Amino acid sequence: MSAVSGASAGGAPLLAVAGLTKVYPTGKKALGGVDVVIDRPQLVAVIGSSGAGKSTFIRCINRLVEPTAGSVRLNGEDIVALDRKGLRAARRRIGMIFQEYNLVERLSVMQNVLSGRLGYTGLFASLRYRFPPEDIQAAFALLDRVGLDGYHNQRADALSGGQRQRVGIARALMQRPDLLLLDEPTASLDPKTSRQIMRLVRELVAERQTPAIINIHDVALARAHADRIIGMKDGLIVFDAEASALTDAALTRIYGEEDWSAPHDEDDEAPTPATTMAPVGALS
Amino acid sequence: MTTAVASYPSRWRAPSIFGSPSRRLAFWALVCAYLVWSLSTLNVDTARILAGLPRAWTILARMVPPDFGRWELLLTGMVESVQIAIAATIIGAVLSIPIGIAAAANLSPRPLYLLARAFIVTGRTFHEVIIAIFFVKLFGFGPVAGLLTLAFSSAIFLGKMLAEDIENMKPGPVEAIRATGASFGQTFFYAVVPQVLVKTLGVLIYRLDSNLRHSTVIGIVGAGGIGQTLSASFSRYDFDFASAILLTIAAMVAFGEWFSDWARRRLR
Amino acid sequence: MTAHQLPQGRTPKRSYPDHWERYSLRERIVQWVWLGGIAIAAAWSVSALDIEWAFFADAHEQAADLISRMWPPRWTYLPRIVQPLIETLHIATLGTMIAIVFALPVAFLAARNTTYNQATWLIGRAMLVLSRSINTVIWGLLFVAIFGPGPVAGICAVAARSVGFIAKLVAEAIEEVDAGQIEAVESTGASTLQVYGVAILPQILPVLIGTSIYRWDINVRESSVLGFVGAGGIGLLLYASINQFAWSQAIVILIAILGIVIISEALSAYVRSRIV
Repeated sequence: MSAVSGASAGGAPLLAVAGLTKVYPTGKKALGGVDVVIDRPQLVAVIGSSGAGKSTFIRCINRLVEPTAGSVRLNGEDIVALDRKGLRAARRRIGMIFQEYNLVERLSVMQNVLSGRLGYTGLFASLRYRFPPEDIQAAFALLDRVGLDGYHNQRADALSGGQRQRVGIARALMQRPDLLLLDEPTASLDPKTSRQIMRLVRELVAERQTPAIINIHDVALARAHADRIIGMKDGLIVFDAEASALTDAALTRIYGEEDWSAPHDEDDEAPTPATTMAPVGALS
Repeated sequence: MTTAVASYPSRWRAPSIFGSPSRRLAFWALVCAYLVWSLSTLNVDTARILAGLPRAWTILARMVPPDFGRWELLLTGMVESVQIAIAATIIGAVLSIPIGIAAAANLSPRPLYLLARAFIVTGRTFHEVIIAIFFVKLFGFGPVAGLLTLAFSSAIFLGKMLAEDIENMKPGPVEAIRATGASFGQTFFYAVVPQVLVKTLGVLIYRLDSNLRHSTVIGIVGAGGIGQTLSASFSRYDFDFASAILLTIAAMVAFGEWFSDWARRRLR
Repeated sequence: MTAHQLPQGRTPKRSYPDHWERYSLRERIVQWVWLGGIAIAAAWSVSALDIEWAFFADAHEQAADLISRMWPPRWTYLPRIVQPLIETLHIATLGTMIAIVFALPVAFLAARNTTYNQATWLIGRAMLVLSRSINTVIWGLLFVAIFGPGPVAGICAVAARSVGFIAKLVAEAIEEVDAGQIEAVESTGASTLQVYGVAILPQILPVLIGTSIYRWDINVRESSVLGFVGAGGIGLLLYASINQFAWSQAIVILIAILGIVIISEALSAYVRSRIV
């Protein structure tokens, strides 16, 4: 076991996932028993090929997908066991950022950002947009921090992709969450904007001392910005260590045989060699 | 060096939309056969028709100039039609909310969904006049029957539109708002309503305009409004008054349509 | 718990406003004016109608009573209505066919790029408005007065209403036609009618056919009630059955109407999907 995960210094770890399993009614096993412990603020990137279970894993943490078995303990409290009311209270402690930004497009940037406080505001107050002054101030501050100062009255669909994702990040941070979940946040963005967003996320993780789990398919981005990398394959974790420990052998375990050192060439006509998959199993 | 001179065809037919000349022939043959069949089986009293043509001319002549002398009657009838249209749209809108939610496949449990959809299909099939006759039978002559008729058909139409809007909603923002820990009510108002509201308002305005048109017709079977006045004038051969009514109806409907276009454009 | 504050070492750059309004004052006033107007319109329309609330008290009983009288349907009545049903379909079909013939020239008149001058355009537009503002049933009243009761009045009524419907949509299609194609044909020295036929007609044909079929299916529904004013079709029998309180007969007719409307809608949707 690497020093990154493992027993915490004392008290409950921030996030403890144990035996998380998801089997769909069709019989498809998306997650086959996943164990993860996060005990310090860090940026964790989850990589793996399509269908490996990355997205299911992330969505099971805040139960946007209902796990079939296992537990997810956030600060000691098992989210899987909570009833609807408890789940809502738990969800407001987890901020989520989506690949398609998922802003309410007809609403303004400010309304979208403030919607991060919905879990903390009563129904009637939120309908009239009567949020406490601290929240309004925080919203302005966050917009400034993500680089969208002055955009608060613009309609969300008037923004570019990168700008929309920043709004999504501000919305998630408005919750003052204990944990950030990001589901392919850069998949719909161009390479430069992707880097900017990843840099922003890394800075925010350090500033706010909030751990973040990012589901990402771009290995280079993961390597460049993450503290820790988890590799998934066929619903199981096959790699869980510091980002610097991600070797070619490890990548082969996660994705299958490939010439990882060759320059990434879009026009490469060479067929991928058919191989027997490396055995799933031992963590590094 | 000479090249052989190719011989080119000297006849060419344009490709028809039917794909082949034989299909086109078949189509027109079918059309002719239909015309022959229908005209022969229809109860057409050709003598009466031919006698009708000079009558048509007489009637048209009597319709011009339109007689607005009895304009109070005209006004009362029109006002009643407008009132029916407005009230029916509002009541229909309220009733359409449960119908629309029940008929949305992504919100409603399957048996309820099927029931709501079946209800909508049946309700839509019948012309407002048929529904009006039933309500007149049940509630007597007068605008109440008209109001109920249009409210019923509006509720069905608006409910169907609402269901489609809800089904076409983007699930992403709904998921995102839920993920912040919002309650069902908050999710509904923050994620569902903004997506659906503008389109719904546009549909409401469109339906108001439709109801205005329909309210003029259902009077013919006694359900109130200007239609009753019109029907009476025809049966009394008051053609000049009838043409006055027709012109007023045309003007009002045209205004309603203009208003509807304007308001919906403002909503963008 | 993470505290919501800037981490140590970073002084706040500026102070942020703690107040935010979704709508400016002006926008809110406008909204209140609209809401007020709607409320007044609603109150006015409902108040003026003399609603006997007592009626509604036993409405559900009345409805239940009605349904019990309708069931079971008197299926023996079915053969009696076959001929009127067919007549209804004929009225719809023939009316639509006539409408297509007239709609084409009217559409060219009402389209800005094919009309002769401003006056002809206005005439075309006026014809559209006139045709579309008057409901099929009202046209039926008019034609029954002219031609007497019978399917001819119905066919004319259907045609009169449909011309405006079809022509409006075709005119819009004509206006959106690719100008380049028209220019190319014009530059060969073709006459106006030739230009219309070769450059415009092929482009608008799908719209014309699609709209006509759509209107046909609406017309089936409308033709079912034309009989109320004497313009032929099943409507007369339905009206008679309801007036005589022959409910089990009426339901047979209603089911038959339901049948032909659903079939015509399905047919129309199918054909239109094959065209586009």
